[in-house]
Amino acid sequence: MIEGILIGLKTALSFQNLMMVMIGCFAGTIIGMLPGLGPMTAIALMIPITYGFDPATGLILMAGVYYGAVFGGSTSSILINAPGVPGTVATSFDGYPMAQQGKAGKALAIAAYSSFAGGTISAIFLLIAAPSLSKISLSFRSPDYFGLMILGLTAVAAFSSKGNFLKAMMMCVLGLMLASVGQDTLSDIPRFTFNNMNLSDGISFVLVVMATFAMSEALTIIIKGNDPSKAAKQISLTDLGSIKVNKEETKQMAATIPRSSILGFIIGVLPGAGATIASFLAYGMERNFVKSEEKEKFGKGSVQGLSAPETANNAACSGSFVPLLTLGIPGSGTTAVMLGALLGFGIQPGPRLYQTNPDIFWSVIMSMYIGMVVLLILNLPLIPYIARILAVPRTFLIPMILFFSVTGIYLMSFNNFDIFLMIGIAVIATALRLYDFPMPPLILAFVLGGLMEENLRRSLLISDGSWSFLWDRPLTLIIMLTIILIVCLQCYKSFKKTPNVAKTSQ
Amino acid sequence: MKINSVKLISLLFFILSAFYLYTAHQIQVFAFDENAPFNAKTFPIYLGYAGMFFSGLKIALPDQNPIEVDPTYLEFKKTILLVFTMIVYGATILKVGFFLSTSLFLVFSYYFLGERRWKYIIIFSFPFVAIFMYLLHGVLAVYLRDPLLKYIGIMG
Repeated sequence: MIEGILIGLKTALSFQNLMMVMIGCFAGTIIGMLPGLGPMTAIALMIPITYGFDPATGLILMAGVYYGAVFGGSTSSILINAPGVPGTVATSFDGYPMAQQGKAGKALAIAAYSSFAGGTISAIFLLIAAPSLSKISLSFRSPDYFGLMILGLTAVAAFSSKGNFLKAMMMCVLGLMLASVGQDTLSDIPRFTFNNMNLSDGISFVLVVMATFAMSEALTIIIKGNDPSKAAKQISLTDLGSIKVNKEETKQMAATIPRSSILGFIIGVLPGAGATIASFLAYGMERNFVKSEEKEKFGKGSVQGLSAPETANNAACSGSFVPLLTLGIPGSGTTAVMLGALLGFGIQPGPRLYQTNPDIFWSVIMSMYIGMVVLLILNLPLIPYIARILAVPRTFLIPMILFFSVTGIYLMSFNNFDIFLMIGIAVIATALRLYDFPMPPLILAFVLGGLMEENLRRSLLISDGSWSFLWDRPLTLIIMLTIILIVCLQCYKSFKKTPNVAKTSQ
Repeated sequence: MKINSVKLISLLFFILSAFYLYTAHQIQVFAFDENAPFNAKTFPIYLGYAGMFFSGLKIALPDQNPIEVDPTYLEFKKTILLVFTMIVYGATILKVGFFLSTSLFLVFSYYFLGERRWKYIIIFSFPFVAIFMYLLHGVLAVYLRDPLLKYIGIMG
């Protein structure tokens, strides 16, 4: 392991890769800060650029963007009470009241230190857990992988889109359908191409990500008439107050960080759970841990109330890399985007990545840590300047997002058809978003589609067409039972729920 | 059973899944693969059924959290104009070239979204695209097709 860490450090600390981490963190912070645009959009916009680099550098850039976007999301939560990402909603509960009390700088510093500490602790967990799990997962067979992929999709549908299980499952199927377009990998038989040569290679992953995230998010902002810069105009973005944290506050954070890190990491490893659930659970857990007088401060600017979700969401981000790097199965939409990018580089993540491409495996882990350091020493002092991006009017912001999306696809294929296809998918995705159809399950399914089919093919061929492979091995049986449990729980929940009419006017 | 927009979308998805299933059955597989446990149409067939199953459930089951979007609050005009601009941009980017089509796309997009400060519109279109092109083409050596600039003699 020490050797691996040294390889990773050597790769991650090269001048080019250090620059990539810095650029990634910086760009991620800016994009993540804009309400409505999260890490997935940030990574999606970066993918075409990463294809110009070697895989390790490309992944390091994306890891930097990921952490930067999460940090940027916290910034907009604290400053304007408009979380850039769902994972930072809990941050706004105490961060925004602190900002209203004139302690915006302090709130940002607490968020940054907590993120750093949470990220550090979880990076250590990742260092220990990833290689061990890689070794265990070498014993996994095709039926287990097939089961794990269904588990991942079901869990994401169940947990990432609260109350929309059926909608999320429909999006999963849509993602798998889109993935099935093009030539069959084994027989080269064209499927769903309708004699169109442009579709024979299938639909590009970058195209789907750009269309369903960057472009459709931009169109959603327009159609809903939202203006992210409006809230920013109500506060001073230049005078955020001191970023110094006193002894008493440090003491309070010291108690919160370890427990929130452990909770965040464990939740992050679980498929589908991710940063949002981790941050809410950590907030709730912290509220139960503190003394009654401190409990009263929750929601009014509590240090622990801010530190807990921030620690947990960063720990969950590191945790979500465990299934991606060790099993090759992403547990969240963001890691699904990263898997798609990895596959684009011709790298298949999974237990063998640890052995075949140790430089990539370890450099990504090490660069995550370097990313945290960059965020702390570079982004935190620059926040008063970076925060001004919140004041950029949508009249300039939206065309820029659309421009980068279209250009990204154009540079990859030099083909009008791909641009038109992207616009078509983006328009459909925008309509679906208006009615709360979640997009992360679609992306996860699109990325996993090919792998799922491959593993189902192998399983069915080995078992001579019998579906008994789903319960023949104890491990597969456990996975299948977990899936059934999740589905039953979701069905029970939807029947139990009392009707609650939610009207969205805007 | 009340038909709301979500149920209508689910119905459309049901029809799409049925069409997908029909098309999956039409996939021509090799003769020796016809009775194999798994061939090119096996997975799509299961997907078609899965799509019909989930959308069918969504249509049949009562909606616990109905979402109604009031169309009067939606900015259709701006969105349609923007989508139309993107389509024109996509159609002209190869023929007219990257520089002019991108710059004009940005100018029209800013304008359609309500921007009237021409100084900023110009700065963030033509010079911005020129710098972007220089970075891509000149620094990163990413090929950018531009017949217009080639004709003028600016690009090789």
